[in-house]
Amino acid sequence: MTFLRRHLSGALVLGIPLAWIVVFMLVPYAIIGTYSVWTKTYPTFKPDFQFGNYATLFSDPQYLQVLLRTLKISALVSIASLALAYPFAYWLVFRCRWAGLRTWLYMAVIAPLWVSYLLRAYIWKTILGTEGILNSFLMWAGFTDAPSDIFLYNQFAMVLTLTYIFIPFMVMPIYTALERIPPNLAEASADLGQTPWQTFLKVTLPLSTPGIAAGFTLTFCLSFGDFIAPFLVGGPDGNLIAGVIQTQFGSALNWPLGSALSIVMLVIVLSIVSLSDRLERSSRVGA
Amino acid sequence: MAAIIQLRNLSKHYSKTIIGVDDVSLSVEDGEFVTLLGPSGCGKSTLLRMIGGFEEPTHGTIHLAGRDVTWEPPYRREVNMVFQDYALFPHMTVGQNIAYGLKMAGEGRVSARSKAVEALELVGLPDKIDQRPDQLSGGQRQRIALARAIVRRPKVLLLDEPLSALDARMRDQMRIELKHLHEKVGITFIMVTHDQEEALTMSDRIVVMEKGRVAQDGRPQDIYDHPTSPYVANFIGTTNFLPATATQAEQGRASFTCAGVQLQVLTDTPPAPGARVTLGFRPEKTRLLAEGETAPNMLEGQIAEVIYYGLGLRTAVDLPGGASLFIDTLLPDTLVRSAIPKPGTPARVAVEPHNIFVFPGEVGP
Repeated sequence: MTFLRRHLSGALVLGIPLAWIVVFMLVPYAIIGTYSVWTKTYPTFKPDFQFGNYATLFSDPQYLQVLLRTLKISALVSIASLALAYPFAYWLVFRCRWAGLRTWLYMAVIAPLWVSYLLRAYIWKTILGTEGILNSFLMWAGFTDAPSDIFLYNQFAMVLTLTYIFIPFMVMPIYTALERIPPNLAEASADLGQTPWQTFLKVTLPLSTPGIAAGFTLTFCLSFGDFIAPFLVGGPDGNLIAGVIQTQFGSALNWPLGSALSIVMLVIVLSIVSLSDRLERSSRVGA
Repeated sequence: MAAIIQLRNLSKHYSKTIIGVDDVSLSVEDGEFVTLLGPSGCGKSTLLRMIGGFEEPTHGTIHLAGRDVTWEPPYRREVNMVFQDYALFPHMTVGQNIAYGLKMAGEGRVSARSKAVEALELVGLPDKIDQRPDQLSGGQRQRIALARAIVRRPKVLLLDEPLSALDARMRDQMRIELKHLHEKVGITFIMVTHDQEEALTMSDRIVVMEKGRVAQDGRPQDIYDHPTSPYVANFIGTTNFLPATATQAEQGRASFTCAGVQLQVLTDTPPAPGARVTLGFRPEKTRLLAEGETAPNMLEGQIAEVIYYGLGLRTAVDLPGGASLFIDTLLPDTLVRSAIPKPGTPARVAVEPHNIFVFPGEVGP
């Protein structure tokens, strides 16, 4: 009895989140995992233990193609975010002299996260569409006579939209990593005869890799699981894996196949997370 | 010897009212150990950073070995800096840290490594070459930073409060090692510190700074024994200040009325009779007189407090006019402790005429 009393608060503190994780994460995953080995019998499915669903995924080029396309789009989104976020974060941390401006600009990056995700994706529809801002501008400026439909409903529009949506997740870890580098390291490097560019390559960039890895992981995994952007701005070749899963659970009524896809996706995301975690840890041993 | 560093009218004004360094002209000889000494905010670090190239002056020029480097970036100056918190690269080994500046200077990998080993031997840590900075103690990191800075054989080595991050024992040891290193490598050292003891023990020359300007520039002993201003007298060592009026002046000496008595002072510039001055003298050059003993320059008062600090005693004596002064007495014999004076008892204090400084005007407490 005293044992229980002594450990009650500890059990509550740890127990509630543990229960939460079990009930709302592990159990659903277990259900999905179970469904993935069931068999589909239109219009329902029956309990079974076979790996036919997985076999379908890896033998049907259609699914493999969607998977590769999703990987490509996610990679492009991550690269584009990195290319935009790194110079911006670098400038904020090292070049922006006025602390007030730095705070405001950082907040400007974070602020869109408070706006509905759907709205932020939808904005690009109004920018890129035939009646959109971009076309109106091009026509007004005399570059084109008629509105063009090349901007919307393709992979470019998807990458653009997803980059816009997820870029805060790239800026934040890079900003933090850069901010953590003592400013006198760059001074020491210059003192030892290195030009600013050499200093960047040999000191600043290596010391900010944990931030890059974290940002890359976040944007990659978030884009990998996204299905709103393809739905809103993606075209006929814009079907991504999340969309396919949604279809399997929805109109196709093939829960076992959808579950198998979900499990494959989960495995991919988890391996990326653990890979980046390992990378981050190895560079931190050096730090 | 030739001047290796020449500063001419160097200023750094952050704004009209915020002045870092104000019109400093200074010449440093090749091979000298010069210390820039002053309280925080006196501009000593700014001055050092301008020599290193990390800050640009708003006025004046910097010449390094005869060449104008005022507008050169740090990586084109043959000076190296030991940073206050060492600034070692955390993602590199000790060897990589030290060889960092050599690779760019066109040194091959093998030659760079052997030079790194050589520099490590110079600072007494030859076995740490493959360790990471975070595996080392503060004192070891300090030495690595030193090795990294001298491995390039700069014309001038800049040291920004190099010992401030160390504990007291380590600091004492590094003081001596740094001095020896200076003698061994023969590079000009310019060190910034706020620690007067550090400045006195290590440097060939001390530049005392006050509010961005040079207050006094000279050998440690000259500065200690002949401070030119109350500021210097009070910043380096402790000084008793007493207001006085000149009564008589002749060649090389003067008389003053001070706290109700006459004091004789040896001075090169005796003030005119009637002038208000401030007399200053060191507590350790002031003596408590024994019963019956007399001396020419004698002040009478009452013991206010006795502070025992192991090495000796610091006795505070209140004078009739409301002023008070300190007297330091060494205790070279254990038995002498029986002679520790008691607060409240009358005391007579003597100070020799050549141990008194004369400063014009009055000094605040």
